[in-house]
Amino acid sequence: MNPDARIRWKTRVFTLIVVVSNALGNFALASGMRHRSTDSVREYLAAIFSPWVIVGIVLLILWLLSRMALLSWADLSYVLPITSLGYVANALMGRLFLNEQVTPARWAGTLLIVAGTVFVGIGSPHGKGDL
Amino acid sequence: MKSWTLLALMVGSTVMGDVLQSMEMKRHGEIREFHPRGIGRALAALARKKFLILAIFCMAVSFFAFMTLLESTDLSFAVPASAATLVFETILARMVLNERVDSRRWVGACLVACGVVLLAQ
Repeated sequence: MNPDARIRWKTRVFTLIVVVSNALGNFALASGMRHRSTDSVREYLAAIFSPWVIVGIVLLILWLLSRMALLSWADLSYVLPITSLGYVANALMGRLFLNEQVTPARWAGTLLIVAGTVFVGIGSPHGKGDL
Repeated sequence: MKSWTLLALMVGSTVMGDVLQSMEMKRHGEIREFHPRGIGRALAALARKKFLILAIFCMAVSFFAFMTLLESTDLSFAVPASAATLVFETILARMVLNERVDSRRWVGACLVACGVVLLAQ
């Protein structure tokens, strides 16, 4: 496999891991923190060690590590928009599983994010263009 | 008011954490080995990088601000609102990291930023 194709393949796999782990991690955190009070240290610790929050933290550690790996070969200005698909996934999950309101404006926003992601994604992950 | 303060704290610490993380990962070079021993070696090498430790501290601050924010706001507001970082980080990628941000990336980042503003409605 030539270097350019290898980097593109690797970038797609890691982008998928980054997006999925971030969306699921945020969702688990939101489920765990919903209607919870964290006014005292005891309540805060109880929140951190609740099952949903633990799942969220594990997924966000996976997100952090996979994103670090992605940043070792791809530019930050490429990684940011391309992984913004996570915002769309979170809006959808909020609507489907947490019964949050998704207005037409939010759907329009979702489409713009997808458009921006596609726009950046068809370029090279490396700004120097030497891969 | 508390929500906006938490959001500002989260955005500030995320921007700083991401720029430092990207800077240190670029210095480290491309990670090529993904078997357990290779990952262990990479983590051991990365654990000694000062900027990366600072980046992880910033991300921890961002994480706790985000977690506290979720107590009082919707997920579909908190996550998109945090994407304000995208605008600041694209500018810093150009100015601090010296990335070649071509017109395609600027347009893409602007589309995403506009989309995020609409998502936060």
